[in-house]
Formats: sequence, structure tokens, C-alpha cells
Amino acid sequence: MPIIEVKNLTKIFGKNPAQALKLLDEGFSKHEILQKTGHTVGVNRASFSVEAGEIFVIMGLSGSGKSTLIRLLNRLIEPTKGSIFIDGDNLSKMDKKSLREVRRKKISMVFQRFALFPHRTVLENAEFGLEIQKVPKEERREKAIKALEMVGLGQYLEQKPNQLSGGMQQRVGLARALANDPEVLLMDEAFSALDPLIRKEMQDELLDLQGTMKKTIIFITHDLDEALRLGDRIALMKDGSIVQIGTPEEILMNPANDYVEKFVEDVDRSKILTAQHIMKRPETINIEKHGPRVALERMREEGISTIFVVDSKRNLKGYVTADDASEARKKDVRDIEEILRTNVPKVEKDTPMYDIFTVIHDSPIPVAVVEKEKLIGIIVRGSVIAALAGESEVSTNSAE
Amino acid sequence: MLNNVLDFVPKIPVAEKIKQFTDWVTNSFSFLFDPLKKYFEDLMEYVADLLGAVPPVLVILIVAVIAFFISGKRFGLPAFSIVGLWFIYNQELWDHLINTFTLVLIASLLSVIIGIPIGILMSKSRTAEAMITPILDFMQTMPAFVYLIPAVAFFGIGMVPGVFASLIFATPPTVRFTNLGIRQVPKELIEASDAFGSTAVQKLFKVELPMARATIMAGINQTVMLALSMVVIASMIGAPGLGRNVLSALQRAQIGPGFVAGIGIVILAIIIDRFTQSMNKKHDHV
Ligand SMILES: Nc1ncnc2c1ncn2[C@@H]1O[C@H](COP(=O)(O)OP(=O)(O)OP(=O)(O)O)[C@@H](O)[C@H]1O
Ligand SMILES: [Mg+2]
Repeated sequence: MPIIEVKNLTKIFGKNPAQALKLLDEGFSKHEILQKTGHTVGVNRASFSVEAGEIFVIMGLSGSGKSTLIRLLNRLIEPTKGSIFIDGDNLSKMDKKSLREVRRKKISMVFQRFALFPHRTVLENAEFGLEIQKVPKEERREKAIKALEMVGLGQYLEQKPNQLSGGMQQRVGLARALANDPEVLLMDEAFSALDPLIRKEMQDELLDLQGTMKKTIIFITHDLDEALRLGDRIALMKDGSIVQIGTPEEILMNPANDYVEKFVEDVDRSKILTAQHIMKRPETINIEKHGPRVALERMREEGISTIFVVDSKRNLKGYVTADDASEARKKDVRDIEEILRTNVPKVEKDTPMYDIFTVIHDSPIPVAVVEKEKLIGIIVRGSVIAALAGESEVSTNSAE
Repeated sequence: MLNNVLDFVPKIPVAEKIKQFTDWVTNSFSFLFDPLKKYFEDLMEYVADLLGAVPPVLVILIVAVIAFFISGKRFGLPAFSIVGLWFIYNQELWDHLINTFTLVLIASLLSVIIGIPIGILMSKSRTAEAMITPILDFMQTMPAFVYLIPAVAFFGIGMVPGVFASLIFATPPTVRFTNLGIRQVPKELIEASDAFGSTAVQKLFKVELPMARATIMAGINQTVMLALSMVVIASMIGAPGLGRNVLSALQRAQIGPGFVAGIGIVILAIIIDRFTQSMNKKHDHV
């Protein structure tokens, strides 16, 4: 069961949303509705569900409704229509008291501009959520310190937020959210105010933390690189509607429409695609069964000049060339090990394509793709080029 | 002839109505005003006696030491306090100073106690803001002397009506600045507070009031200054203190004593002003 389920969620800003809702149902666009009624469509009938433990990224251009959508999820903004289920409970129908309980226990938020309380120390900031829940002082101190240590701020407990750098301030923001031990983290452009290097660092750290914590994270960004790095799945928004939801690969490979494509086009594919996306099924011979004769036969059949050699468990042993094999057959050598070459060019299955270039450039033979020393595929130079040529913009980017 | 057009209604008896209303309030609520007056009179006498019992030299020293610390360990304010207070003592105005200070202290405290909750109410409700703002404007623009009349009607003469009049005159800044301070709290911090599940009361005490503190303190500073400026006026209805010296000097056209008492008020004003202001600054830098 998904932890969050959103159905037909709609937010219209303005005094009399009923009329705008009707127009929306009749298929008028955000722009037309604004002109006709003066009402702004913030979010337009969004439906999606988020699984526990997932990082769900929402991206879109400025004004597309990301912040509105994420604030609907904890009802900082009241929905005009539609429903939000968390753990099966209908958040959109809850009274104030139950809503507060959900905000205290289940959902925490991290803000773009940190939103730390300047009159409180780092520790007091991290404690805030627990203090609101009236957790006894000793206990909340302990939890807050633990959360601060997790984000590497154990040394700064008594500082005021404005004494810290931006990256550190956002760590406090993260610790404040984590101290509650929520199931869901809402992060609205949490890293957008940070400079690029710090930003990368924070992304890595979030992924690290996520590896141990397994929270459900809803992360907003307008940066595709960030979305691809963090997201298990990505939802793309335009004018308040969700236009595509998918894994990073799905979004890149099959953009649902022009809008998505436009968004995607300036991404350097060589950074996103990895070895496993472009590898082919390898032709192999078994070192325990086959000799030079079989090797030569297979190479002739497939029209190739080298063949990889594995054992019965598919552990990569090396390769042999057609020249060596025919030489061996002439000399009646039976043992393949006599002609085995072991200096195999190889990459891991999740090596980014960018790094494969350098390996394949120097290599006369295809590159082996391995997972724990087992051969799972090969990459020939042609397939790298082909993958990049999929988009002309992409290939020019990567040539630079 | 054209003026007759304006005479279509005879003079409306507004003044009479107000008098009737005041009389009615005085009579109907005397059961409230009389004990209130008694209670506050006792309280103020007690405070004045208490302060008066401290030897002046000790008061001067304590003020100087506090001044030293709140002005960031500089010597200007302490030096000024010592010389100024000594001057008042030297002019045999010490008892009057104590009386004035008591009046200002009680009036300001009451203003703050009443003003902050009203300011909070205004910040939370647009309707309340729309209703209270014109009343505040009225209270502040009405010449302060006018308040003396109902004050006397309700409380007779003495310190208590003085406090009452300065309460009306001096409360508006605290109300306004409290409202302003809370409305100025960044939206993000309100969101953060809500997002963690604060109740309205938790939000008020843990976020809004602390964030608005500097602004509220600026309002309180103004309130105290207005209360002090009311001192001279309140002496017209028998409130004791430096104001009474000014008043009697005025009545007898004694320029010398009048100025001396006036300087006493200025000295007190400067010290109080610096004290309330630097309490504010000190916290800002932490
Ligand atoms: N309180 C509001 N009242 C009226 N309109 C609003 C309000 N908040 C947002 N909007 C409008 O709703 C739309 C979506 O805004 P939102 O802030 O959700 O966009 P966003 O995707 O977060 O943009 P950004 O990347 O700039 O943060 C915009 O057209 C915006 O003008
Ligand atoms: Mg936004």
C-alpha cells in the first residue's frame, strides 16, 4: 500500500473557486481561466501515489505549482478539491486536531530558505518539533542531538543559526525535520539556495541518510540534474498539472510530450546513462568445456574477432582473439588457457557512460561489463555513439 | 442669508450628551472606581515609599552600574546618570523624582499589560484591526488635557486619575507596534511553526512574540516616553511629582524653578529612554 495517495488534488487561488473549477472540468487552460475569472490555478487535478521508502521528486518550471502541491500534502494550503491519503487516512477531511497530530508525528518539512528560528540556538531549533509535542526536556534534547549528529552538526549545538553557513543552516533544517522521526519528509527546493558544490554534497548526504533511514521523501526541485540524482521516480509539472511520472530513465528515454522533452534536452545523457543501459548480450565460451576450436567456430558464426571466456559461474576469465585461436588450432593446442589473454578492459554495470568513453577509446576490443566479477554484458564502441546520437542536442553537449 | 442653509438643524447637544454619558458612567460604576482608586492609591504610595526609602546615593550607584552594563560597558550613560541624578538631588527634587518615576512606572506597566494583548488580537483578526485602528488614532490625536476631565470624574484628583489619563494617552504605541511586529514575522517561519503542528498559542509564544520582540520593545519605549510627557499634564489634577513643580512655577511665573524642574524631567526621560532602548539592542546582538 502506498504511504501517500493523492487523488484529483486541485487548488484554485481566489475568492470564488467554484466557477474556476467548472471551467477546469470543461477543459479550459490555466491561462484562460485566469483571464476569464481572475483566479489562479495552483494545482490542477493531480493524482499520484508515493511508496514508502521512495524518493519522489516533483519538478517543473517556476510557477508550475510545485510549492503549492507540496503544501497541499500537509495542508499548509487548503485544497479546493480532491483528497490526500496518508497511511490510508484522509488528510483532506481531518479536523484541526488530527491534522496537528499528523504534522507532529508523520510529516516534517524542510524549507527552501531554511526557515530556522533566529532567536533559538541550533539545538533549540532541532528540538522545536519535539517541544511542540511536549516531549520531556531530557528526551527531546537527546533526540535533537542525535539528529544533529546525523547531519554532522554535533559541534554547533549552542550557536545561533545566523552564525552558520548556508549549507550548515540547511543541515539544521534537516535535523529539525528528522528529530521528529517522521515517516514522510517534504523538501521544497531544499538545496536550491546553496551554491553548487555544497548542493552536491547535500544531495550525496541525503542519499546516504536515506540509505539508513528509509524515509519517504518528497523532494521538489526545478533542476533536472538534481531530480535525476535523487529521484526514484520523478513527476513533471506544467501549469499546475502533472504531465509525466516515471523513473529517471523513463523520463529521459521517453519524454511524454514536447514540454518534458524540452526540459530533458539540455541534460547531458552521458552523465545519466550507465554501462547497463547500453551493453549487449555477450558471446562467450566456457573455459572448463571449450577449446580453441570451439572458440574459432563461435567467432566465425558471429562474425567477431574476439570472444570472452568465462567459467561455469560466468566469472570473467579473459578473452581470446581469432588470430590466436587459428594459430593454436594449427599447432593442435587443446588447452584454451595457452592463448587466454587476461588484460580485459572492463567496467562495472553502473559506471556512467561518461567514464566508459575513456576506457573504450583506448581499447581494440569491446569492453566487458561486470557485476562482482561476473560477466553480464559487453559494450562496443558503436553502441556508445548510438546512444548519444539518440538526441542531437545531447551528442553535441557530450562532445564539448 | 446663505448661512441659514447651514442652520437647518439647531446646535446638536454633543457636549451635553458626553457629559450625561460621563455622569452616568461615574454614577453607575462608582462601586468599581472607588475601590479601584483606593487600591491603586495604596499600591502607588507603597511603591513610592519603597523607592523613597532607598538612600539616594545607593539608587544613583545602582542606576550607574546597570547603565554601565546595558550600554555595553561604556562610560557615557553611567556618567550621565550619576551627574544627572545628583543634580536632581542637589536641587532638592529627589522626592518629586520618586513620585514621577512611580507614576510613569505604574502607568507604563498597565499600558503594556493592556496594550500587548490588544495588539495580538489586532494582528490575528482583520476585523479587530479595522475597528481598533481608528480608536487608536482618536486616542493619540485628542489633546491630552481632555482626558483629565473624565479621569477626574471617575477617580477624583491625585495619582490615580493621572495614571488613568496617561494610560489612555500612552497605550496606543504598544498596541500598534505589537500588531506590526507580529504581522512582520516572516511567512516562512509561520509555515515552519504550523508544519511542525503548533497550536495557535504555541505559535504565538514560541515564534511570533519572540520574533516581534524588538518591534514591541520599540513600542514600549514610546509608551514610556508618552507616559512621562503626561506627568506635567497630570499634575494639573493633583498628581505629585516634578510636573507639579513645573505647574506651580508656571502659575507664579517663576522661570528659575520652572526650568530646574523641567531639566529634572529631561534627565529622567533620557535615562529611561536609553534604558529601554539598550535593553532591546543588547538582546539583538546575542
Ligand atoms: N497565495 C497565492 N495566491 C494566489 N496565487 C498563488 C498563491 N501562491 C501561489 N500562487 C500561484 O500559483 C501558481 C503556482 O505557484 P507555486 O508557488 O506553487 O509555483 P512553483 O512551482 O513552486 O514555482 P517556483 O519554482 O517559482 O517556486 C503560480 O501561478 C502562482 O502565482
Ligand atoms: Mg516554489
